[in-house]
Order: sequence, then C-alpha cells, then structure tokens
Amino acid sequence: MAAEIPPLVFMRGITKRFLGVKANDAIDFDVRPGEVHTLLGENGAGKSTLMNVLCGLYKPDGGEIEIEGELRRFRTPRDAIAAGIGMVHQHFMLVPAQTVWENMVLGLDALPQVLPRKDIVRRIEEISERYALRVDPLAPVWQLSIGEQQRVAILKALYRQARILVLDEPTAVLIPQEIQSLFATIRQMRGEGHGIVFISHKLDEVLAVSDRISILRKGKKIGTFAAVGVTKEKLAEMMVGRQVFFNGAPPTTERGPVFLAVRDLVVRGERGNIAVQGVSLELRQKEIFGLAGVAGNGQLELCEAMVGLRGSESGDVLVQGREMGNASPRAFLDRGVAYIPEDRKGTGLVPSMNIRENVVLRKYWKKPFARGRWFIDWEVAAGHTGRLVERFGVITPGLGIPIRALSGGNLQKLMLARELSDNPKAIIAVQPTWGLDVGATEYVRERLLEQRDRGAAVFLVSEDLEELLALSDRLAVIHQGRIMGITKNPRALSEEDLGLLMAGTSLEDVLRGREERGDAPLPGPLRDPGTFFAGDGAAQKKAFRAEGGEGRTPWA
Amino acid sequence: MGLRVVTEKRVRVPVWLEVLVPVGAVMGALIAGAVLLALLGVSPLAAYAAMLRGSLGDWYGISETLVKAVPLTLAGLAVALSFRMQVWNIGAEGQLYMGALAAAAAVRFAFVDNSLVMFCLMAGAAALAGGTWGAFAGYLKARWNVNEIITTLMLNYIAIHAVDYFVYGPWKDPASLGFPMTASFPAAARLPQFFDSRVHLGIFFAVVFAVLFHIVFRWTKWGFEVRVIGANPKAAQYAGINFLRNAVLVMFVSGAVAGFSGMCEMAGLQGRLQHGFSPGYGYTAIIVAWLARLNPLALMGVAFLLGALLVGGDTLQVVMRLPLSSIQVLQGLILFAVLGAEYFLTYRVRFIRSVPDSPKEVD
Repeated sequence: MAAEIPPLVFMRGITKRFLGVKANDAIDFDVRPGEVHTLLGENGAGKSTLMNVLCGLYKPDGGEIEIEGELRRFRTPRDAIAAGIGMVHQHFMLVPAQTVWENMVLGLDALPQVLPRKDIVRRIEEISERYALRVDPLAPVWQLSIGEQQRVAILKALYRQARILVLDEPTAVLIPQEIQSLFATIRQMRGEGHGIVFISHKLDEVLAVSDRISILRKGKKIGTFAAVGVTKEKLAEMMVGRQVFFNGAPPTTERGPVFLAVRDLVVRGERGNIAVQGVSLELRQKEIFGLAGVAGNGQLELCEAMVGLRGSESGDVLVQGREMGNASPRAFLDRGVAYIPEDRKGTGLVPSMNIRENVVLRKYWKKPFARGRWFIDWEVAAGHTGRLVERFGVITPGLGIPIRALSGGNLQKLMLARELSDNPKAIIAVQPTWGLDVGATEYVRERLLEQRDRGAAVFLVSEDLEELLALSDRLAVIHQGRIMGITKNPRALSEEDLGLLMAGTSLEDVLRGREERGDAPLPGPLRDPGTFFAGDGAAQKKAFRAEGGEGRTPWA
Repeated sequence: MGLRVVTEKRVRVPVWLEVLVPVGAVMGALIAGAVLLALLGVSPLAAYAAMLRGSLGDWYGISETLVKAVPLTLAGLAVALSFRMQVWNIGAEGQLYMGALAAAAAVRFAFVDNSLVMFCLMAGAAALAGGTWGAFAGYLKARWNVNEIITTLMLNYIAIHAVDYFVYGPWKDPASLGFPMTASFPAAARLPQFFDSRVHLGIFFAVVFAVLFHIVFRWTKWGFEVRVIGANPKAAQYAGINFLRNAVLVMFVSGAVAGFSGMCEMAGLQGRLQHGFSPGYGYTAIIVAWLARLNPLALMGVAFLLGALLVGGDTLQVVMRLPLSSIQVLQGLILFAVLGAEYFLTYRVRFIRSVPDSPKEVD
C-alpha cells in the first residue's frame, strides 16, 4: 500500500470510559481504501464501543479521528454519515412496514415533497447490480428474509455513498449460502476502493475475508496483523488471552447421579428455524456442566426447552428419568428445576412490581405463601423477602418499591435469592454474570459453586470462556444448535481449542491440529462414550433436512 | 443562551403527583370546556353552577347521580379488570346490552313470581350472556392474537342491534304506541328502589363488587396472576401462568360484570328492555376506569363524579337549552386530558438553561 495515500479512517488513541471502566483504552485503528480490516475480540472486548465512536453514537473521552487525512469530530451519527461512514448494525434498523426503496431514502436530507420513486428505484437497481446485492426495491421489508434485509441495510449505506462500511457481526444471522454471497459483495466493495470494517469472532470467516486483523481484548488492542501468515490457532489465543481473571475453583469431589437429561432434542427458534438440532446431554448432581458457544447458536432455545418455556419438535427432556413431554414451566419448577434467564428485566423479573411480589413470582401458589385455595399471604411473603434480602445482600431502598430502581447486580442477586433459596435440584443459569461488575460477578460464581457442593446439578451457559473454564466440571461446546464435543476435563483443553470448537471447527480437526503442533495428547479420553455426543444421530439429520426444505430462499 | 427542555423517565412516582396530575387534568379540561361554553353563548360560570346545583344541589340531584354512578361503577370495574391484564376490553357497552337482553329473555320465558328467584335467574342469565360475549373476544385474542380492541368494539354493534331486533320486532309491546320497547316487567322482575327515589338495589352490588375486586387484586393468587401478565407477559410465562386460560377467564368475568350492570339498569330503572337504554355507560366506564387508575375503590368515587357530570349535563340541557353533545364534548375533553397527562407521571420535564459547548469540544 503506497504510503502517500492517506487511510480512509484513522482513529488514534481512542479512549472511552463507562462509569470508570475503560471500554476502549488508547486504541489505534485505521482502514485503507480497498481493504477489509477485521476487528476481532470476545464480547465486551470493546469492538462495538470503538465502532460506535466511529459512527458518531459515542463521543470518545480521548483520541481523535481522521477521515482521509482530515481531522473530524462527530457530534451525531449524521455527521459520521456525511463523512462517508456507513454502519450496518446487527439489528438492521429498517422500517418493516415500508418498502425497500422507501427505507432507502428514509432520513435523507432535503427530500422533495413528492418522492421521485422511479429515479430512486433505478439507482437502487444500479447499486444492487454492481455489488451483487439482489433485492426487489418494491417489496415491503417485512416480507424479506433476514439475509435480504441485511442486503437492504448494506444497500442503504451504499446509497448514501458511504466509503467506509462497518459490518457488525454480519454473518451471525446468515445461513452458509448467504455468507458466501455476502463475501462476494464485500470483495466487490473492496475492489471499488471502499474500506470495510468487518466485526466477527468466527475465525474461519475472518481469515477468508480479511486483509488485516486487529485484535481487541478487554478494551485494549493486542495488535494488528496481516491475514496472510496468521493462523486460526494464533488468533484464538490472542483473542481469548491467557490471564485468568477468576482462579479456577476446585473441581467437584464426587459426581452424583443424573438428574436432568436431554435426549435428541430438536427445538425451533423464534423465527421458526431449527435452533437446536438434536442435542443430547446429561446433567449430574454435584457438578457444574458448562456450555460454551457464540451467542445465538441455540443456547437460549435449548435452555428454554429444558425448563418448559419452549416446546420441542422432537426428542425429550427427562427429569430424574421421567419424560417431561413439553410439560409446563410449573411442572419443571415443581420438580426442582430452577432457571436463571439471561434477560433479567424482560423475563426473570417484573420491573414495575416490588421486591416482595418479585420474590414470590415463582412460588406464590405454594405454601407458606398461599393461604388456602385463593389467597396469598403477603405478610409471610414480606417476612421471607426480608430474610432473603439480608441473606443475599440485596441493597434496596425498601421492599415496597418497584424493582426497576435496582442496579443490575442487585437485580441478579434478587433473582438468585428467589431461585436458589428453595434448594433446587437443578439450576439452569444463562449468562448469570453478564453485565455485572467484578464484585457481583464473583458473588454469583460463588453461589453457583455453593449450590454444586450442596448437591445441585448446575447447567452454566456462558460466552465467557474464562468463567466456563474456571467453574465447569464438564464442558460442552455448541455450534449452530449442535454439540461439538463434551469433555470431562475442561481444564486440560486449551482456550484456543475451545475457540476453534466455538467457531465451528470439528473436534477431529482440533485434535489433528494439536497433533501437528506436537502438543501433548489430551489427558484422559476426551471422547468418552458415556458423555460425548458428536450430535450425528438420526434425529439431527432429520431436523437439518427439514430446515433445508423450508421457506428460506437460498440465492447465489 | 436559552432554555432547553429535558425529559427524563421517573424512577418513582410520588403519591401526591398521582393525585395532582389527574385532578389538574380535569381542571384543565373544565377550563377548555368553559371556552367552548362561552363560544356557545353561555356563561361558563353560570353553566357550571347550574350543573353543580342540578347534580349535587339537593337530594333529588344526588339520588340521580347515584343512579348513574351504579352502571358506571359496575362497567368501570369490568373494564378495569381487563385493563389490569393489559387486555383492552372496549366492549363493556355490548356486554351490558347482551346482559340486559338475556335477562329480558329470562323474564319472558322463565318467569317465576318470586323476586329473589327471579333476581337470581336474571343475574345468572345476564352474567352468562355478557361473559360469553367477552370471553369470545378473549379467546380470539389468546388463541390467534386477534386484536381485542377491534373485536370487542365490533361486538358492541352486534349486541346493540340484536337488542334493537327484539324490541322493534318479536318482543315489542303492542301497547307501546310504536315505541321500541318490551312490555313492562311484572313486579317480581324489578329491582327494589329505595329512599323514595330511583336508587335501586344495583347500588348495593356496585359497592360489593368494588370491594370484592379490591380484595381480588390485592390479596388473591388470581389477582396477582392478572397483574403479572399485565406488567410483564414473559415473566408471567416464566412463572408458569397460563395466558390463554387467564385471557378467557378475565374477559368472561369482565363481560359478566358488565352484563350484570346492564341487567340492573334495565330491571332497576326502566323495568323493561328498550332501544338505546344505555347512553353509552360502557364507554364512559373506560373513562371512569382510567381516571381511577384502575383502582376499584377509587373507581366508586370517580363514577360518582362522572355520574354528577351526566346529571349536570341533563340539567344543562333543560335549563340552558344546550345540546346533549356539548356534555359529551366535555367528557371527551376530560378523558383526553387525563390520558395526555399520564405523560407527566412517567416522565419528568425540566427546563434548564443551555450552556454553550465547552471550548474543548468546539476546537
């Protein structure tokens, strides 16, 4: 790259703090014309913050941004758009009820009173022709598939003559064929001299499409590397890092009997897609079973099916050997299955109700809270709440105020108090430390370990590998609704191996990689016939076929 | 330098504000109404004074206000129940008509010459008919996500016209000189009236139901379930609360209470089923429920005040020769103001002096 051509974007020493936490710490980042520069990092590494600074949503606390060699300061996203920055968010920010062409001009300055539809449509067609972004300009957005909506979002940026395109995890929502076409579009844009920022944590994709790769970890940049000459293993290691924030807890001393089992479970997601494709696993008492995976790979659907919140297509969940057959959430609760959902305010709690009411939310029908057939004894509830608040250290201005006033950490404590106080036999916990500060995080982890030692079967779903490696007695990796592997000895696995599994590399390839590198063979059998399911059962194949035959229109 | 308006979401709503905002809204609406009255060429002060005298000035006025407060309380409780669950039953009017229709059918086809038996028969028929009318919309909502606002509203027209069919057609009293009404009910099919006025037995049930609803919301499992669904449907599912069952049940009870109020109105006042016997109580009930912030006990007071407004409106019609619609405009203004004022309970509005950006940001 010739040195005299200034980069399209040059972000220098960007620092952004949130309540004292440095989300971005003096990060340098540049994008040259005609290149794809990938931002790689785990959730919370600071990728989104950096890009939100670039597109004018956040004002940085330090550092500066140059666009084509000129110092710029963005006050609003509008300034960034005017400077040629186009952001394609994970959620596309389109108006579903409007057509593609209407979405295209929405928010543009100086629109004429009567929209020149023909001109707009012609321009859309020109652009989509050039970049292989096929879409019908007259179709309403709600009729489009997710892949098509993404194309509209990209078109929208190009329509605004963006020279720099930021694609925030664009492949997370796509099926493989759509990913290939997206890459074709990206290459075309690169060929036209655009600069593209690609955000992802799927290593195969990153290597396939990038020219350069910058790795962020905990708000700091680890380095920038040319994509040629860097390996997946190296990237995984740098992305995940070596420092362990939480010292590994002692593993369980003895494994108990199987309490909850999942057998060939197939579950549909919100959009009717097959989200869980034939998963089998067994949770034993006195152990923490970790589930690693990139968000949106079926974890949520799996957990909801495991607690009765979501029906399954086929397969079953067994509690103490008893088939539940899509029983109600209350049936699971009555058998001692507690659930700590990821979405605290949306699912786990009622923000407009007070602490007392939230504490009895999942037990008001049982003694001692129920008084007779019809009534709730709020005095008993208040006494119980008072004791829990004290025991779990929930800080609150009062028991009678709506809990929306509580902080995230206190909300989580409140939910733990409710779910754990009845000594459940199984605990399904999804991202229980998400968004919590260090103290609260440690608190939650300690409670989970305590429950395990007490004899509960704990199922811990997380995107935080450090957390999983520190807590899990067994660990499974999920990718696209399939279990990639289950190990009885998570601490023997390296984080980079796990990263590869999470990115969809098959276990065989991971093991071969270790062999080639000359790493020591894994201690103990990783592939334990009793606990390991490659997920290649008949149910899974059936499910996959069913999905292939479904409405989604693959396009090439 | 200038003033900048900043709005922020309130964390807590102080109690005084919860009272002040609706009272202020009503005052604002009355002031706006005064402008309208002035435009009609009437002195607003004289008009309001006449309304006050007519509705609360003497025992007759108060008794008439109570008479109107009864259906408003009952129908208001009906809609408040469904609103608590965030199911928008706009169909109290239709449920009220269906209740009256069924009760009239009971009088016609199952008459027993005993007031107690007859009352039970009429009440049962009215509750069942109104409840079914409501539960139908509730089932459509829960099962197929059909918008209940549309269905309940449409069902109103069907119910009102169904009543018209009978009072204009097969049930019309031949001796009614062409008026669309059934024959007068026998004494056993009428509710007793008290205090030498038109105040009838319905007032007792209005109070009983209000207290009952208060207990249900406050102390029962079912009331808690309804409130949880209304506040966060996903959390309700998480708590194992069955939405379908509750949507149907709530709409049934809501419709049953509205149907019961229709029966009381018919058997307590007119003593016969007639065309247009409810001047839109089912709709005014929505205003009542909102003004009372869905609180059953507060609802009685609000129903009394709106009853006074209706009686005052009648007085205005007679004394000032103003059209009935002017009173309806006033009612509309009040609802509009109260709903609009809701904003000030959710948000806090502050005026702050805007300061030019600090030099660091300008450079």
